[in-house]
Amino acid sequence: MATGSRSEIILEELTAVVLLTLMGAAAIGMARQRNLYGVVLLSGIYSFLMATVMVVLDAVDVAMTEAAVGAGISTVLLFGAIHLTGGTESKPIHRPWLPLLVVAATGAMLVYGTLGLPAFSDPGAPIHQHVAPRYLTEGPVKTGVPNVVTAVLASYRGFDTLGETFVVFTAGIGVIALLGRRRPRRPIDKAGEENKE
Amino acid sequence: MRLDIILRVLAKLLIPFALVFGLYVQFHGDYGPGGGFQAGVIVAAAVIFYALIYGLPAARRVVPTEVVQTLMAVGVLLYSGVGIASILLGGNYLDYFVLGADPVSGQHRGIFWVEMGVLITVASVMLKIFYVFAGRRRDAEETEE
Repeated sequence: MATGSRSEIILEELTAVVLLTLMGAAAIGMARQRNLYGVVLLSGIYSFLMATVMVVLDAVDVAMTEAAVGAGISTVLLFGAIHLTGGTESKPIHRPWLPLLVVAATGAMLVYGTLGLPAFSDPGAPIHQHVAPRYLTEGPVKTGVPNVVTAVLASYRGFDTLGETFVVFTAGIGVIALLGRRRPRRPIDKAGEENKE
Repeated sequence: MRLDIILRVLAKLLIPFALVFGLYVQFHGDYGPGGGFQAGVIVAAAVIFYALIYGLPAARRVVPTEVVQTLMAVGVLLYSGVGIASILLGGNYLDYFVLGADPVSGQHRGIFWVEMGVLITVASVMLKIFYVFAGRRRDAEETEE
């Protein structure tokens, strides 16, 4: 997509700007909303918009993950959590001005930091000079896998992916440790009738 | 719960396609977008969909909690096992070149099993987290009554 004509590039940038504006609107809506069901729905919409941005950036693998995890499973899990905790956010005790100041200052610093980065999709940027050309030219030949993302993920960076898999595993173990072991705390007379499920 | 016949029929229609799509994303990941992480989430989402429509006990009968819990560890063990296998065949840890007759087929074999390990762990962890959350909700409702 990035190698298209001038009008295509303008159209792509316009799509990205529209999507990012909608994401900003969703984020502001989430911050203002007190009904948590609305917040979860908006965060699902936010994730879908993010996935679309990833498609615009030609990162379809990331887009697929974002759509499935961010918009799909997170929404279901958050609805489950809301069902436990209740659907309305209580009024904040503190005034929002100090947190707002901290967030605005951090955001301004991040924006200032991006000024030092190379221009968007600049082929001369350091990240495109280091190992990326080797992955792109050698990857399909050496691994026999046409999708470079898979070749890098599973083969070149196999150790990283092993670590990621262990992170997912550890997250599951953590959830089981925190929420899964609740039976011993029950009163003895109730334990018998509830074991039948 | 008995009036949602449209949802039940639609779920029955859609879940097989979701599972097949998960397998497609898994095994076509070499050529198109996808891989173990995405496929694992899609497979878990299909079972979660079943649980949302037919209820948690029905889903637990189809995919028991103990199986899910075991598979969480099976996935990481499979991934680590590929590394051990490549050591035993004379290479470094996770060096796929030694796994096949020629380097390219070795890479194919290594990537296949590694992605399989990722699929198993991701799908079962997502499902387990859902089971734990949803199961807690049932318990909370029961104690309120």
